[in-house]
Amino acid sequence: MLVKSKWLSKRPTKLFALVLGLFFSLSTYAGGKKGDPIDTQEEISAYIMHHLQDSHDFTLYSSAKTGKHYGFPLPVILWTSEGLVTFMSSEFQHDDNGEVIVEKNGLKFAKIHTKIYELNPGEDVVVFDDKHHATNAVRPLDLSITKSVVGMLLTAVLMFLGFVSLARGYKKGPIPTGVARGLEPLVIYVRDEIARPNIGDKKYRQFMGFLLTVFFFIWTLNLLGLTPLGFNVTGNIAVTFCLALCTFLITQFKANKDYWKHIFWMPGVPVPMKLILIPIELLGTLTRPFSLMIRLFANMSAGHIVVMSLISVMITLKVVMGPVASTGLSFVLSLFLTILEILIAFLQAFIFTMLSAVFIGMAVQDHEH
Amino acid sequence: MDQLLNDFSPGLFTMQLVILLVLIFLMAKFAWRPILDALNEREEGISEALAAAEEARKEMQNLQADNEKMIKEARAEREAMIREAREMKEKIIADAKETAQFEGDKMIKQAQLAIEAEKKAAFAELKSEVASISLGIAEKMIKGQLSTENKQLELVEELMADIKLN
Repeated sequence: MLVKSKWLSKRPTKLFALVLGLFFSLSTYAGGKKGDPIDTQEEISAYIMHHLQDSHDFTLYSSAKTGKHYGFPLPVILWTSEGLVTFMSSEFQHDDNGEVIVEKNGLKFAKIHTKIYELNPGEDVVVFDDKHHATNAVRPLDLSITKSVVGMLLTAVLMFLGFVSLARGYKKGPIPTGVARGLEPLVIYVRDEIARPNIGDKKYRQFMGFLLTVFFFIWTLNLLGLTPLGFNVTGNIAVTFCLALCTFLITQFKANKDYWKHIFWMPGVPVPMKLILIPIELLGTLTRPFSLMIRLFANMSAGHIVVMSLISVMITLKVVMGPVASTGLSFVLSLFLTILEILIAFLQAFIFTMLSAVFIGMAVQDHEH
Repeated sequence: MDQLLNDFSPGLFTMQLVILLVLIFLMAKFAWRPILDALNEREEGISEALAAAEEARKEMQNLQADNEKMIKEARAEREAMIREAREMKEKIIADAKETAQFEGDKMIKQAQLAIEAEKKAAFAELKSEVASISLGIAEKMIKGQLSTENKQLELVEELMADIKLN
């Protein structure tokens, strides 16, 4: 994280260019039609919803006038009925409505609403039903290096470099220097404020790998989401599901006898109550990670939606307030909310890790009755 | 909910799972373990150093207390010695005085005795001298008075008169 902020502060012009890029791309993204800027409320909400989705292209800027997209294509990796198929996302030519059919290995692929479909054998065009669902195509397992995967890899590399440098720093002396010096208190914070109080001094050590990784992973991704690169990784349900699943699995597999006893035969309550508590407690084991998944997903998605909506105030209120006033209002509001989002980025990472630690702590603690 | 399920990408989930697991493994091996070990080691070192400092402080205090005690003892000893010396001095002086007095008295007594003895001897000599002188004088006087007959008769008469009276 600190690596990034240092990078940003060293290259303010690049950052500025990226900010400008986001503003322009928002106002001029061609929603399939050339020469028609996004300026109605429907188009804006469609654009925002589109942004929240994962993407197979890394687009930084799109021109409405020429219909050109600036960015770079990402590899598409599909596990299809015929096995592995790979090609670059540029072959779809930024089409997102199933109009461009890509033929590889004798299979035909179309991209509809950021999802890649494999057409059934013998079909040449995608047929939609009245709900705009493709009827003659199936979704293969899409292992593409999508924008979110790029974000995760970038985060992983940043984390790895940052913390390995911290680890190396200890070889030279007890006090790290440079960037690592800023990372050390964060590690200590996770250990002393999250892991130790919730799991206990004796058992916390084995969960530190998971907790620390998840904390910094979520935090870095949240912050990446605030940059104009336009990542929305932690606002993706698949990602939060995976994170919550890890917490769930750790809780279930590391749980001790006491934990299961409290679920299936709650001590200290009458027998009928014990029977009633079994399904409630069992459900509880599921709802806890489920709440983790939904909380992170909803908070980050909502943050992206609100920030982008406030940016779009510039366009929607232009007619009413004039271009200067609407831009000013939009700038002030979105600046305020972005600052708030920086706080939320940390908060959500903290809450996720904290609750994970609490759930793990519940599973491994020794009850003293 | 339907929208959410439709948006769920199993592929992204798979990629995320793989990336997360690999990341957890790599971070645990190359970052977290050495970092946490180093932190623990450092904290143990710090607490040990603090304990050692506390120990040293206590020892120092003990030493200081010992020193103070020793100083106090030394001072008391010195005072005792001074007092003793003073007492001894006074005693010696008093003793000397007493002895001198005694010796003096003794000498005076001896001198007095000697003087007394000398005096007695002198008196005795004087007496015998005086007696012999008076005897001589008496002899010469008697010789002079009884040089004539008349005077001898007168004396006899007188003596006779005395006898009659008796």
